[in-house]
Amino acid sequence: MKNRLKVLRAERDWSQADLAERLQVSRQSVNAIETGKYDPSLPLAFRIAEIFGLPIEAIFSKD
Amino acid sequence: MAMAPYMRRYTFRILGFGLSYVGALIGAIMVMKQPWAPTGPAAWALAVLPALPVVGMIWSIFRLIAETDDEYQRFLFVKQVLIATGLTLAIATIWGFLENFGMVQDVPAYHVTVLWFAMIGVGGSIARFRA
Repeated sequence: MKNRLKVLRAERDWSQADLAERLQVSRQSVNAIETGKYDPSLPLAFRIAEIFGLPIEAIFSKD
Repeated sequence: MAMAPYMRRYTFRILGFGLSYVGALIGAIMVMKQPWAPTGPAAWALAVLPALPVVGMIWSIFRLIAETDDEYQRFLFVKQVLIATGLTLAIATIWGFLENFGMVQDVPAYHVTVLWFAMIGVGGSIARFRA
């Protein structure tokens, strides 16, 4: 799965740690999702979408 | 970064069970050396006593998995424990056959648990390598 987390973070000037704090997960987890090493569960994907105020498909896409 | 609450609870549990283990082991050995040392069921209970905190440590590892609310970290812990369990079973099986063929000496069964804890450490490095 591909994602636009890095771009979306940059637009808001958030570090991985900032996003991790908002998501209540570790920075390592944000990094793993962002680099495509780990695909988040649906509940976490919805939380990410909520934080960016976007629909899930605007953040994650199939390969 | 501050320690996550699930990690703090795990650390306290491991420390608590670790101290209980030392206390129970020393206590049981001291009682068993006395002239009035118990026999029968009481001796069995005393012999099992030091094992209980070790069971508690095993439980703590599974509680850690259950309580980790960061799903990626939980995934890494599950991977770590599975690697540790697989390595432990593999080593125990190989050792068992070496025993059968008289190549190595018999070891107490609880060494498997000690090995498993050591493999938890190894599993952590493997699971978190470039994680």
